[in-house]
Amino acid sequence: MHVPDGFLNLPTSAATAAIAAVGVGLAVRGARRELNERAAPLAGLVAAFIFATQMLNFPVAAGTSGHLLGGALAAILVGPWTATLCLTVVLIVQGFLFADGGITALGTNITLMALVGVWVGWGVFRLATKVLPKKLASIPVAGAIGGLLSVPAAALTFAALFAVGGTVPVPAETVAIAMGSVHLVIGIGEALITAAAISAVLAVRPDLVYGARGLTVTKPLQIKEGVLA
Amino acid sequence: MALIGFVCAVVATPSLTMWPFVVQLLVLAVVAGLARLHPGRLLRGLAIEVPFVAFAFAMPFLATGDRITVAGLSVSVAGLWGAGTLLAKSTLGVLAALILAATTQRAEFVAGMQRLRLPSVLVEILSFMVRYLDVIAEQWHRMAIARTSRGFQARNPTSWSALSGAVGTGFIRAFERGERVHLAMLARGYSGALPEAIGAARAARPVEWGWAVLLVATSLTITSLSWGLA
Repeated sequence: MHVPDGFLNLPTSAATAAIAAVGVGLAVRGARRELNERAAPLAGLVAAFIFATQMLNFPVAAGTSGHLLGGALAAILVGPWTATLCLTVVLIVQGFLFADGGITALGTNITLMALVGVWVGWGVFRLATKVLPKKLASIPVAGAIGGLLSVPAAALTFAALFAVGGTVPVPAETVAIAMGSVHLVIGIGEALITAAAISAVLAVRPDLVYGARGLTVTKPLQIKEGVLA
Repeated sequence: MALIGFVCAVVATPSLTMWPFVVQLLVLAVVAGLARLHPGRLLRGLAIEVPFVAFAFAMPFLATGDRITVAGLSVSVAGLWGAGTLLAKSTLGVLAALILAATTQRAEFVAGMQRLRLPSVLVEILSFMVRYLDVIAEQWHRMAIARTSRGFQARNPTSWSALSGAVGTGFIRAFERGERVHLAMLARGYSGALPEAIGAARAARPVEWGWAVLLVATSLTITSLSWGLA
């Protein structure tokens, strides 16, 4: 999924880098509202979590396996701004320290996964929660839809970028169809895993799920007479 | 030869968009040699490229333009060239990043990012991520061992629900660790800004700057020469 160096030409890479810089700049401001001064340690741990999650392989069939991209999942768990920052940091570390994704393509990768992946996932999730009944049980379903659409959206954005600034003249429809269809299948996996992971968190710590805020009930602390006696 | 991450980043970026790949490869090889890196380590790191190599091999068949016949298969000339340059470029990029990763301490990398004027929030997130990455990865590993010891085998999509549950648990553990870390920091007087946590790594010395400039200049010269000849 990570775009390596040399896939897109320089102007396109520079343009996506500019988009990524603006997007991340906005996210830096937005994240202040989502997290207070806890931002750094928590977001850092969430980033490490996303990185580790991407190492967890889900077997598909016949020895092939895929991994979670986590854009939609992160957005629903910690909020879209923080998720953007976390994924950006994950991509920086992957690009520089693990050579996963090219360094000139860093802007492209951030645009695709930290901006398109997170925000499409989050937008679809918000829409879905509006349509679905206002219950806690709707959250994983909405998350699944968000995850389902976020992956092909990122793939199609890549196809569009490739049509504009690809270094090889492959017809745009071929790329779009190939990327779109493959990633729709990946999106189904992403959807199932996102939903299951969110319901796992909802079951244990519903207060941690950002996308479920306003749906959780905080019970007042009760001290019952006679319990201690 | 501990070039600090910052310098290496400057070096790595321009050397990626070049034409005469063989010469560039030699340059990188010299750097790797100076840094006394084991070639096997670099080769293993290259494995990460494999999915895109597959894509590159598909390219000649998909691309438009003049077609020629190679070994009985009709392929596109442009696609063939594209696949070749793509492979060369991404291999060079991966190699450059691997050399950076192998020669640079993670703390130096964070400090380099800070000197590159990355927003401070990002630097802080980055430093925490880098610091706790191994902790989280080992926690993942422990959870995998626990699953295995219960007889779990990830073979087909029926295992997804178990694995997704692990993702959820992993998130809770990571988040709660974050809360604990934060509380511990508050207890030690954390006021919302990291004072000296990332200023520890030293800056690049003039000599190292000299090497970096030399490297970039070499790469750029090769590029401009190749454009001139083309």
